[in-house]
Amino acid sequence: MKVLVPVKRVLDYNIKARPKADGSGVELTGLKMSMNPFDEIAMEAAIRLKESGQATEIIAVSCGALTCQDTLRTALALGADRAVLVETEVELQPLAVAKLLKALVIREQPGLVICGKQAIDDDSNQTGQMLAALLGWAQATFASRIELGEGSASITREIDGGLETLSIRLPAVITTDLRLNEPRYATLPNIMKAKKKPLESVTPDTLEVDVRPRLTLIKVSEPPARQGGIKVKDVAQLLDKLKNEAKVI
Amino acid sequence: MTILVVAEHDNQHLKAATRHVLAAAQAIGGEVHVLVAGQGCSTVAEAARTLPGVTCVKLAQGEALASAGAENMTDLVLGLAREYTHLLGAASAIGKNWMPRLAAKLDVAQISDIIRVDSPDTFTRPIYAGSIWATVRSVDPIKVITVRTTAFQAVAETGGAARLELVTGMTDSGLSRRTDLRLNILSRPELEAARVVVSGGRGLGSAERYRELLEPLADKLNAALGASRAAVDLGYVPNDYQVGQTGKVVAPDLYIAVGISGAIQHLAGMKTSRVIVAINKDPDAPIFAVADYGLVGDLNQVVPELTAVL
Ligand SMILES: Cc1cc2nc3c(=O)[nH]c(=O)nc-3n(C[C@H](O)[C@H](O)[C@H](O)COP(=O)(O)OP(=O)(O)OC[C@H]3O[C@@H](n4cnc5c(N)ncnc54)[C@H](O)[C@@H]3O)c2cc1C
Repeated sequence: MKVLVPVKRVLDYNIKARPKADGSGVELTGLKMSMNPFDEIAMEAAIRLKESGQATEIIAVSCGALTCQDTLRTALALGADRAVLVETEVELQPLAVAKLLKALVIREQPGLVICGKQAIDDDSNQTGQMLAALLGWAQATFASRIELGEGSASITREIDGGLETLSIRLPAVITTDLRLNEPRYATLPNIMKAKKKPLESVTPDTLEVDVRPRLTLIKVSEPPARQGGIKVKDVAQLLDKLKNEAKVI
Repeated sequence: MTILVVAEHDNQHLKAATRHVLAAAQAIGGEVHVLVAGQGCSTVAEAARTLPGVTCVKLAQGEALASAGAENMTDLVLGLAREYTHLLGAASAIGKNWMPRLAAKLDVAQISDIIRVDSPDTFTRPIYAGSIWATVRSVDPIKVITVRTTAFQAVAETGGAARLELVTGMTDSGLSRRTDLRLNILSRPELEAARVVVSGGRGLGSAERYRELLEPLADKLNAALGASRAAVDLGYVPNDYQVGQTGKVVAPDLYIAVGISGAIQHLAGMKTSRVIVAINKDPDAPIFAVADYGLVGDLNQVVPELTAVL
């Protein structure tokens, strides 16, 4: 079974994002970009399926500008067998990405798509669910355990208040939560080997997908800053402040 | 404009989240209907009928909807969607799961996690762990929206008298079936609904210390318990205690962060709390930048002291 893993290039999670001075977007110039952490977890899940003989091939896909090749090379170094870049300068929204992925799924016929549950830049949490919808496939979001069977999979999901296990029909889309696994790092020899692995480029046009945005960005702004407070010297003063100043207890 | 609010519930109780989503619907304006979908949930529908300003409650019941699975919820709401200009749900684990599926089936964008209604087609939402707010306009004919409940003050529980309509003809997609459900037994308020939250991080050092120190404090304050990602990853507490960008978003009257450094991903889930208290031994911990009251000290000493005087 082939496994398809979409990976997104995002601002590294250690960097605090700031709006551009004119409010037209987010300042990304010169800042460190990385693979979306949830996609690293998705890659790791796919690699483990391959290592245990349940998957035969891992295809990494990224949609966006040419620079997304870096993210695909990382995926190849981690263990993807080949990569596909859907290259476009258009700002891609989740629905457009889901449509691009659908076109690739139809071409590649994977038995499973493993996505990160959300990208830490736009925090949308939509693409996996949308892809499942467009394909008419089952979905299992926020997965913390994956067990494949014959034509079906048992997936444990993180839900409000606890855990739920679903039995879903395959092929399906799974989205990963934080506790699914701990992703490995790419080793230097594997980074070297990745340079020789196949990386194909296609475009939305060749896939016949309309990727025009449905949401118009009016502006971005910095949220109102929270006023820092004071340091209290001991528990007695804290108690006094909570009772008499903040009146919360 | 007619808006459909999808109720958040557990088949027995209408969750408070619904009343926050309703507030967002009222900020958009127009007629508001509420959908209660589940199994054996007629008491939920009765509670929904009294919500202020709601004119119609649609009740859909059936085995296929018992666990609010994404495939069946989507198919159900797809059948109703054309009557509405806006479909709203909470940005909860349930809403986040099925609403994007619905949006894709309708070939519309979803607007995730809104914190402000700027106009009926324009909304503001946090991105980059809440470091930035984006204001976006949707050009789609139907707006599918999830609402960050902490950003909208809940409407009252009563005051309305909506008519009840039964929705029939549910089908089971057969794609997915729940085989197990493990809910944490909570003897205290729910994290999202609590007035006070006591939250612990890596500084607690172990699951035992978390329990020994934070449970008595939470008991005294009738508080919910939360945690940083580090505390969850280390196994101090269950997954759904996690507060933050990729966990739960809370905004209680009082949030007490114990042994939490204040990473941006954590702040994303609690920085709109009314009063924040931080207890940390590192005077430079970023959590102090958002705390109203910071106490620099060893939590092993400070927390029992605080519990004792409450
Ligand atoms: C994709 C992604 C998503 C994430 N999502 C979330 C999220 O939703 N929520 C979240 O919380 N994090 C999230 N994180 C993790 C986040 O970046 C931090 O790693 C995490 O919040 C740190 O947890 P912590 O504050 O408990 O631990 P640390 O940062 O290690 O802080 C521990 C603190 O305890 C203090 N301490 C230690 N001993 C004592 C003592 N005896 N007395 C007093 N203080 C003491 C230390 O001074 C320190 O400040 C995410 C990260 C990524 C990459």
